[in-house]
Amino acid sequence: MDAHVAQLQMQYRNYILSLYQQGFLDDQFTELKSLQDDGTPDFVAEVLSLFFDDCVKLVGNMARALDQTGTVDFSQVGANVHQLKGSSSSVGAKRVKGLCINFKELCEAKNYEGCVRCLQQVDIEYKTLKAKLQDMFNLEKQIVQAGGIVPQVDIN
Amino acid sequence: MVMAAEPQFHVLAVDDSLFDRKLIERLLQKASCQVTTVDSGYKALEFLGLREGVEINDPDAVSTSPVIHQEVEVNLIITDYCMPGMTGYDLLKKVKESSAFKNIPVVIMSSENVPARISRCLEEGAEEFFLKPVRLADLNRLKPHMMKTKLKNQMLEEIEKPSKVESGTAAAVVEPEVKDLTEIGIKIVPLQSEVEPKQVHLQVVQQEDQTMSNNKRKSVEEGLSTDRSRPRFEGITTAV
Repeated sequence: MDAHVAQLQMQYRNYILSLYQQGFLDDQFTELKSLQDDGTPDFVAEVLSLFFDDCVKLVGNMARALDQTGTVDFSQVGANVHQLKGSSSSVGAKRVKGLCINFKELCEAKNYEGCVRCLQQVDIEYKTLKAKLQDMFNLEKQIVQAGGIVPQVDIN
Repeated sequence: MVMAAEPQFHVLAVDDSLFDRKLIERLLQKASCQVTTVDSGYKALEFLGLREGVEINDPDAVSTSPVIHQEVEVNLIITDYCMPGMTGYDLLKKVKESSAFKNIPVVIMSSENVPARISRCLEEGAEEFFLKPVRLADLNRLKPHMMKTKLKNQMLEEIEKPSKVESGTAAAVVEPEVKDLTEIGIKIVPLQSEVEPKQVHLQVVQQEDQTMSNNKRKSVEEGLSTDRSRPRFEGITTAV
């Protein structure tokens, strides 16, 4: 039983480290984790859930704004990008945030093709992150079910 | 509401984004503050009891009891800058213009580092300007600002009517041990005795170190917030 837990914990550690190394997460995510404690064990999960809800809503808004047959309201797109940039930054979603920075410039330049492409990338990126974090939560659950404690992972 | 003998700070957090409200709420709780969150400047003013020409019997109103000034004790207002309708800057102005609440420290948060915006807010009387994402270390820097208001309230209570403690309108908590100013300075630890005395004391002492590194991250090139916050720290720490 202990060997199994140890193996899961090592798997978990490596997984988390890879998420940081591959640029999916940054130190803001670490800060969020530090705000969670025994009294608020679901804090990170709740915040992430709100973030992903935001993603769906904002991406939808942007898709609609870019779908105009006529003049596109780039300021509208920009406003949504601004919001997404803010929340991705607050959650530590490094790649999504990076894309938003590019996206903002494309909006300001009123680059239609660029915006459409960037929106597609944002869509893929947040969904990828969501899947990765789901895997992370599943690993946590497995560890707990095997009788172990979820380790605190030190990002150097 | 602040109950008798509960020395916590009460912070009113204003942000139109649910996501940001959740974050700031947790941050403030982690910093041992009591938190009330509202989603607009209007609701913030409502909560404070500043309703200019608005129907008090509005069923949607935040507070259900009759509006009385000083009904709620708020030690700090922290607000997002970019909000629809009333911006954080508008809210700041309204608070600073009101005779009842102008002494409540106001902190502005923004995801954008716009020097002109920052200086405008500081000029209007904002204590600090935080860039999002706000961190726990930033909030811990606010303790001296909140302590000031609390002490001021207590002093006013002492000066006006020492026996007013039992009164329903007593907004500030009066700790029996605190008799005069010098005692207040020294007794910063016991005031927090019900919460986490060691932590608060350490934070008060460590403020100056933290300010230095945080200001590099948060302040504009001109170092505006450094200049603004230093005098205030000195006001508290000299007593210690």
